[in-house]
Amino acid sequence: MAQSPATQDRVNDFVIKLGNVNGTGSASANTMLMKSIFRMGVPVMGKNYFPSNIQGLPTWYEIRVTRDAYVARSGRVDLMIAMNAETYQKDVREVSPGGFLIYDSTWPRSAVLARDDITILGAPLAKMCNENFVGVRNRILMKNVVYLGLLAALLEIDVEVIRQLLNESYAKKPALVEANMKAVQLGYDYAKQHLPCPLPLRIQRMDKTRGHVMIDGNTAAGLGAVYAGATVGPWYPITPSTSLMDAFKSFCSKLRVDPATGKGRYAVIQAEDELAAIGMVLGANWNGARAFTATSGPGISLMSEFIGLAYYAEVPAVIVDVQRVGPSTGMPTRTQQCDILLCAYASHGDTKHVLLFPSNPEECFYMMVQAFDLAERLQTPVFVLSDLDIGMNDWMCPELKWDDAYRPDRGKVLTQEEIEALPKFHRYLDKDDDGIPARTLPGVSPKGAYFTRGSGHNQYGGYTEDSAEYQVVMERLLRKFKQAKTLVPPPVIEATGTSDIGLVAVGSSRGAVNEARDILAKRGIPIDYMRIKAFPFTKEVEAFMASHQKIFVVEQNRDAQLRSLLTLETDVPKSKLHSILHYSGLPMTSKEIVEAVIAELGDARRASLAAAK
Amino acid sequence: MSFINKPKVRHPDLPKNELGLTRRDYEGAMSTLCAGCGHDSVTSSITQAIWELSLRPEQLAKLSGIGCSSKTTAYFASGAHGFNGVHGRMPSIAAGANAANRNLHYIGVSGDGDSLSIGFGQFAHAIRRNVNMLYICENNGVYGLTKGQFSASADIGTRSKKGEENQQAPVDPCLAALSLGGTFIARSFSGDREQLVPLIKAGLMHRGFAMIDVISPCVTFNDHVGSTKSYEFTREHYHEAVHTDYIPPRQEITASYGEGEVLPVQMHDGSQLRLRKLDKDYDPNHRGKAFEYLRTKLRQGEHVTGLIFLSPGHDPDMHEMLQTTDVPLNQVPYEELHPGAAGLASILRRYA
Repeated sequence: MAQSPATQDRVNDFVIKLGNVNGTGSASANTMLMKSIFRMGVPVMGKNYFPSNIQGLPTWYEIRVTRDAYVARSGRVDLMIAMNAETYQKDVREVSPGGFLIYDSTWPRSAVLARDDITILGAPLAKMCNENFVGVRNRILMKNVVYLGLLAALLEIDVEVIRQLLNESYAKKPALVEANMKAVQLGYDYAKQHLPCPLPLRIQRMDKTRGHVMIDGNTAAGLGAVYAGATVGPWYPITPSTSLMDAFKSFCSKLRVDPATGKGRYAVIQAEDELAAIGMVLGANWNGARAFTATSGPGISLMSEFIGLAYYAEVPAVIVDVQRVGPSTGMPTRTQQCDILLCAYASHGDTKHVLLFPSNPEECFYMMVQAFDLAERLQTPVFVLSDLDIGMNDWMCPELKWDDAYRPDRGKVLTQEEIEALPKFHRYLDKDDDGIPARTLPGVSPKGAYFTRGSGHNQYGGYTEDSAEYQVVMERLLRKFKQAKTLVPPPVIEATGTSDIGLVAVGSSRGAVNEARDILAKRGIPIDYMRIKAFPFTKEVEAFMASHQKIFVVEQNRDAQLRSLLTLETDVPKSKLHSILHYSGLPMTSKEIVEAVIAELGDARRASLAAAK
Repeated sequence: MSFINKPKVRHPDLPKNELGLTRRDYEGAMSTLCAGCGHDSVTSSITQAIWELSLRPEQLAKLSGIGCSSKTTAYFASGAHGFNGVHGRMPSIAAGANAANRNLHYIGVSGDGDSLSIGFGQFAHAIRRNVNMLYICENNGVYGLTKGQFSASADIGTRSKKGEENQQAPVDPCLAALSLGGTFIARSFSGDREQLVPLIKAGLMHRGFAMIDVISPCVTFNDHVGSTKSYEFTREHYHEAVHTDYIPPRQEITASYGEGEVLPVQMHDGSQLRLRKLDKDYDPNHRGKAFEYLRTKLRQGEHVTGLIFLSPGHDPDMHEMLQTTDVPLNQVPYEELHPGAAGLASILRRYA
């Protein structure tokens, strides 16, 4: 069989894309495909592109096999598994030259499938399922497993690894393991007999996934909330955050239920809307429990009034915003970083909030714990700005670690003895000169009682309409926000030591940026990188921007929200910041960054040459 | 004004409750409401009730939304924490607070604007969730702080101070609560302390959501001829169907009632309610009949008051539905909330 150079030597370095129909059970087969490669020690990246639909619309799953452990999309498709007749035409076009496409040859192939520069392979998957399995639903489900077997033969994936994964998945239903293995074998045998096995794209065992896990950010954040000691989780279902509270609840049901009584040390409350969800979060935190909610952009819009109350009345709260494409309902199953400004200044009046930017599921876990410590230390809402890409895709991450010496920072909460030793308790008095007053909890002492209110109050906690008294509290809140700069995590800076070009990004852009920097470095353009982990911006953020001449700000929204926030909240001159924006709703690729950097630097070089003339 | 504290001078012979506290110990800041406001009478009844119940002030949490009614929480029990939230959203704060600590007593004070317009959703869902709290709706049919607009409880045909006639059907919080599965539903009148005080006590001791709709006239914007929520109209048209007596635990029952007139109800804390039926055909344990009775009386222009409905069965409250532990969640030791490093390693096996 003729092979294009593009497909040579693609061992452990290629992209598989699977085109499926939503609701046909493809997701579990695709996850298993990815997991089996991971179990063979080869790094992988998986992205699920799914519709806002339960059944019938097209869905794609992309697996990047990446021996160099890059976690972003590469922008290529080397092997397309085209299982959805409706998207054949699009899927064929997307294959990179020299690539492969596999289709179901049960039905005659349409002329639109033709392409000279790729290899097209057929297998009668539906026919094989009809002959070997009973029941319509079963035949549809098993078709996914048959192509898994087909790929095992074509890519040299160890069938025993697949069997082991099936054993784990169906530990309680051994009959399903056998049925699935039958389907795997059908596909495997067909490929061995009829297709050119192995393809030049193939898997070879490595040892690069040891000590790693494949986990999605919502699960990791839910687990982080468990370890943070959160006990109350009010929420309203919204894509793509739903699986976060589901994960929290599921972990709690396993870890926190007394088997004797069936009673649990947690309360996950499905609220009637996001307004009620955040209201419950405030009520619970006010009363001394660690409470959080998970939502997405539309939920933040609805919560805004309460967020302002929490800021002004100084009630801790942790809010996870798993960002999706806006504005309005937008594209609920696509990813963006479009709520940065919304969260930074949520609610009417002068408000500013602490933001944390996890860049992957691993950081979702740790940052949930940090978020609670910050919220209680600072007595203010803290946002964890995840996104759909981090939240809903399985990422390869270093195994999560826990330090048993950790104790939650509950902040300045006075004990009964402390309250009773005071001549008088004043809720908003800055006694320690750090902008943070002490608080008391209900039920502890009548001497600690105070009135929490969103209306004007003085530093003693009393109602006020007096300008001076009002301003004392507002200015102390600013000092508190300044204090937050010393408490939030500093940025991660990767400097070459020689470059005066910087790149700034937050969150899930990290993977694409890392790969882009490697590519640019190879082309002789070394770039320093600052990955901001929190707002308010720390002094390191200022220093990085001051020490670089040109700074690229990479972000996933149309309006350059991070760049806006940097110009509003630091001394950086606007002209220094050059935006690289990606807001298609799909995760970023390194290619976009590389091209944008080269275009800009190339233009700049031309401009400086012109100026020299 | 609410930031003025009342002088702490006390008469040495003031009667004391079981805790040795006088009624003055349950007072709050000075009211800033208009002189003669029904809400201040409600405040006085609440103060009386919690004093009589001998609740420790710090065992009480006071919650409210926005509006004249929501200011009430500042005017009683200054030894209790208060939370004046945002408009119409008190029920969610109460539910969250209750989720965190099931051992406190929660009193929410709201109004007809706060509960039946902007906060109707939260009001409804707190009932459905059966949050263990006393919820008082100070109902005057009008928006006071914004100067006299109709609220959602204004009756058809009632006239505003400016002479405008209301044409929209009213929301009756008792009918709404009946249809939403409310377990304790009462109506009273701010001017009838004898009726209101035992209802507040019963509501506080009820396990679950206890709603008392208190007709509480607005002297400034809704006390004129033509209003169906004026003092005069309410006095003439209110109809007590059931009178409630609250008998604290261990107290001997001395009052004697005629056979069949009194319905004794045992409360979970050992106290007892004795519901005296003033209308012998009325059955306060029958949701459907209560609904029908209220509707009929409403059509006749009568406000039915008293303990309108008390669920006869055991209705799980929010905590029972969620199956939360008996230890308040804000007091569970941190060590009992996670399985540590070793546990994490075993959890992660699934993801490796």
